[in-house]
Amino acid sequence: MVHRANQIALYFAVYPHDEAVAGVLDHLKKFWERRMRDQIVNYVAHGGQGLHELALEAVKRLQ
Amino acid sequence: MALIQEIDYGTPQRIAETLVTLEIDGKPVTVPRGTSVMRAAVEAGISVPKLCATDNMQAFGSCRLCLVEIEGRRGTPASCTTLAEPGMKVRTQTPRIAKLRRGVMELYISDHPLDCLTCAANGDCELQDMAGAVGLREVRYGYDGANHLKAPKDESNPYFTFEASKCIVCSRCVRACEEVQGTFALTIEGRGFASKVASGPTNFLESECVSCGACVQACPTATLMDKTVIAQGQPEHSVVTTCAYCGVGCSFKAEMQGSEVVRMMPYKDGKANHGHSCVKGRFAWGYTTHKDRILKPMIRAKITDPWREVSWEEAINHAASEFKRIQAKYGRDSIGGITSSRCTNEETFLVQKMIRAGFGNNNVDTCARVCHSPTGYGLKTTFGTSAGTQDFDSVDAADVIMVIGANPTDAHPVFASHMKQRLREGARLIVVDPRRIDLVKSPHVKADYHLPLKPGTNVAIINALAHVVVTEGLVNEPYVRERCDMQAFEQWRKFVAEERNSPEAVEASTGVPAADVRGAARLYATGGNGAIYYGLGVTEHSQGSTMVMGMANLAMATGNLGKNGVGVNPLRGQNNVQGSCDMGSFPHEFPGYRHVSDDSTRKLFEDSWQVGLQNEPGLRISNMLDAACDGTFKGIYIQGEDILQSDPNTKHVTAGLAAMECVVVQDLFLNETASYAHVFFPGSSFLEKDGTFTNAERRLSRVRKAIAPMAGMADWEITQALSNALGYPMNYTHPSEIMDEIARLTPTFTGVSFDKIDQLGSIQWPCNAKAPEGTPVMHVGGFVRGKGRFMITEFIPTDERTTGRFPLILTTGRILTQYNVGAQTARTQNNVWHPEDILEIHALDAENRGIREGDRVSLVSRAGETTLHAHISERMQPGVVYTTFHHGFTGANVVTTEFEDWATGCPEYKVTAVQVSLARKMSEWQEQYLETRKQTTQIQHGQILTGAAGD
Repeated sequence: MVHRANQIALYFAVYPHDEAVAGVLDHLKKFWERRMRDQIVNYVAHGGQGLHELALEAVKRLQ
Repeated sequence: MALIQEIDYGTPQRIAETLVTLEIDGKPVTVPRGTSVMRAAVEAGISVPKLCATDNMQAFGSCRLCLVEIEGRRGTPASCTTLAEPGMKVRTQTPRIAKLRRGVMELYISDHPLDCLTCAANGDCELQDMAGAVGLREVRYGYDGANHLKAPKDESNPYFTFEASKCIVCSRCVRACEEVQGTFALTIEGRGFASKVASGPTNFLESECVSCGACVQACPTATLMDKTVIAQGQPEHSVVTTCAYCGVGCSFKAEMQGSEVVRMMPYKDGKANHGHSCVKGRFAWGYTTHKDRILKPMIRAKITDPWREVSWEEAINHAASEFKRIQAKYGRDSIGGITSSRCTNEETFLVQKMIRAGFGNNNVDTCARVCHSPTGYGLKTTFGTSAGTQDFDSVDAADVIMVIGANPTDAHPVFASHMKQRLREGARLIVVDPRRIDLVKSPHVKADYHLPLKPGTNVAIINALAHVVVTEGLVNEPYVRERCDMQAFEQWRKFVAEERNSPEAVEASTGVPAADVRGAARLYATGGNGAIYYGLGVTEHSQGSTMVMGMANLAMATGNLGKNGVGVNPLRGQNNVQGSCDMGSFPHEFPGYRHVSDDSTRKLFEDSWQVGLQNEPGLRISNMLDAACDGTFKGIYIQGEDILQSDPNTKHVTAGLAAMECVVVQDLFLNETASYAHVFFPGSSFLEKDGTFTNAERRLSRVRKAIAPMAGMADWEITQALSNALGYPMNYTHPSEIMDEIARLTPTFTGVSFDKIDQLGSIQWPCNAKAPEGTPVMHVGGFVRGKGRFMITEFIPTDERTTGRFPLILTTGRILTQYNVGAQTARTQNNVWHPEDILEIHALDAENRGIREGDRVSLVSRAGETTLHAHISERMQPGVVYTTFHHGFTGANVVTTEFEDWATGCPEYKVTAVQVSLARKMSEWQEQYLETRKQTTQIQHGQILTGAAGD
């Protein structure tokens, strides 16, 4: 899950910060099933260790 | 129903703006300039005798039967090699011509066996027909002199014979192999009386012949003959249908005797194949009646129990009650299903409908997940629609063809033949592939550039190509300004122009000389119409979607979109990958690629289906398996897929399936996935189906039922019965009604119906009010999304890295004679060519490991280990090994990992770090596999227990 989220973040990382966070967030909303989103939200709630900063920021906006 | 006999016009159709009018036997006829007199005659309804001429190859002028007289000209020219001219007056029947023709026929027959009554071609022999047409009544020359009547018969090919004694040396087979197929396996050996057709030093089986069937189809006698026709006799009726193999989607005539197929003949009117075929579609259909077919529904409580045959009613009610029980216990989202690219659009639509409306969730996915899902993402993001841009015929107008990560001669052979025709005409070729595939150099085809990149560096290469285009001033600026989003373009231009994306900067990581990259980029950008064709070597990477967008960027920057001869063209792996995606098989999309969160689209479906639908994406296949291992996903309905063999990391797939409480498999055979199933619904082969397939060029073609479903229920009827048992009513009476519903609900399909497809032959979507007869080329005048969108494509190396422990890279794929998981082809005589998966390895890597040709070797990765035999291959580059996944026992996917495309989850099959070493015995996984298959595939037939089907 962390690896998947980071891969998405790495793709968008080349874009300006706000655009990149929006890209990651949009991707998670469009393609991740609720269980997966709940898992990563929960993971971030417990620190989100190892998550790319863009993924971390996007997941926080998922909550 | 009758046997369809297509008209043979003798020479190919010519397309020209100028028309010429001539007179043949007193009848005026107007034809395009360049048309032969023979063809003009046929178009006027006049048949000219012929033997060496046929309309899918150029005129040859050797048989001397098609002689005509032309007013004002001396002699009797051959009508096949004489072009129609304005005012020409031609006579096809005169006493002089008749005498000449009879003389020619007499000579042919003087060296031909007179066994017509017992000959396999009796009823379908052009030689016999011509003897009749010219009025041959006697042969003055006996058999006393030298003749070929005792020439040996070659029966080495599993599908056809070569009976040299019946050969008239017309060269049609040789020319078919050259002009139609492009293999050049046949030749005429010797001269004069000694001349004969030769397939190589020994026989057909050991020759370069690829068994496409073009020579057999071309033969005007019984010399080259299908073994099935020899065994069964001539067919009496035909059913036009669509092949069930690759994404080319060839049209075939299933030629029948009653309810038995005699042979499959490629259909000349098929717009994808124009009468050509490959070994799979033409010959490998015997699986449809193979003894392994399961013809009765079966259930069992545990996977270690023997299967118990039950009635359809019991099987369907059992599956429905299990799914309902699971949902009651674990929640609505605890079940899901998988659609198949080997099933029709109608069947696929119905499965996703049942899941969304009957299961009440969006947990539906399809096998495109593991092949072309990045195509959908990448092309939709950049162009606005998830499909290839051209029709196959567009290649005829291509000047530069770039093949990236595809091996068309093996995986899409009929299109490869078409492409090779264009290459022989002079189109230039760029191949981007780690392997030296056949297209790089084969008879009369040679790539201008082969960029043999290291696996996993696609994006670096596409960026380097784009870098050259941008920095050398090769961008088609007016096109970009008119057609594309300029802000996104400028962002992209700045990115690719950075020095780190230059061919020189990436040379070390890609392994491709910078000069070759520069040369290839210049050729693509300046060589005229540039067309990109690509396959799974693009998509099955951690950056698969990025690469698709990278190719789209390159095509937009050079203006190679929106007209004939250009485009970005995915070569789809299976026959209905495009269709299964179109039909809403992905968990986030309704049919027509509309997101489930879109309120207006969802309301459209809710109103039509009379049920509330989820507005959240469901689980992908890999996510379903993850959730199963986590204990939240407990039941699955799998139509026509074998995820245990085809999907990556077999151990994980096994764990997921084993954790489920109800696995329902609908298939022809007890496939690998069925080892973990609790309910088995016997499915139907393509010969038993009514419906449509959509090929790689968005072409909907009809699949027509040649025989009744052998298990008693059609696949769509099974899904409908299951839905009804679940409590969501469906009451279709024919698949055409399903297509009518698809058309009602999908804007790109509103003009599609079975009647219209029957009328037009096939239709390429979009087909609607704007394009009532379909759309061969997309994005003409503007992109579907409005302005084309350049996307930044940063190269991010895969996390799958080689190490001292795993120093080689494994890449997987397929070969000509086998197909996908082998469910079909491995149950045919195609096994003669490929009885097992083998490991291709470069000589240097083999030598370093003490491996010799044919040795059993261990192939081990971080995920698992298997063993197979080694083949030392010049196609490989050092450090890269290759195998296929066609045979269950090999278990190639035991070795592949779960790394996947960042956007779509498509597995990274093309890059697995491995080690290869000599092996003395099979791997532990293979031992377990044999034991598991033995345990899980027993069937209780009444009181009799039988062993595993298919093993």
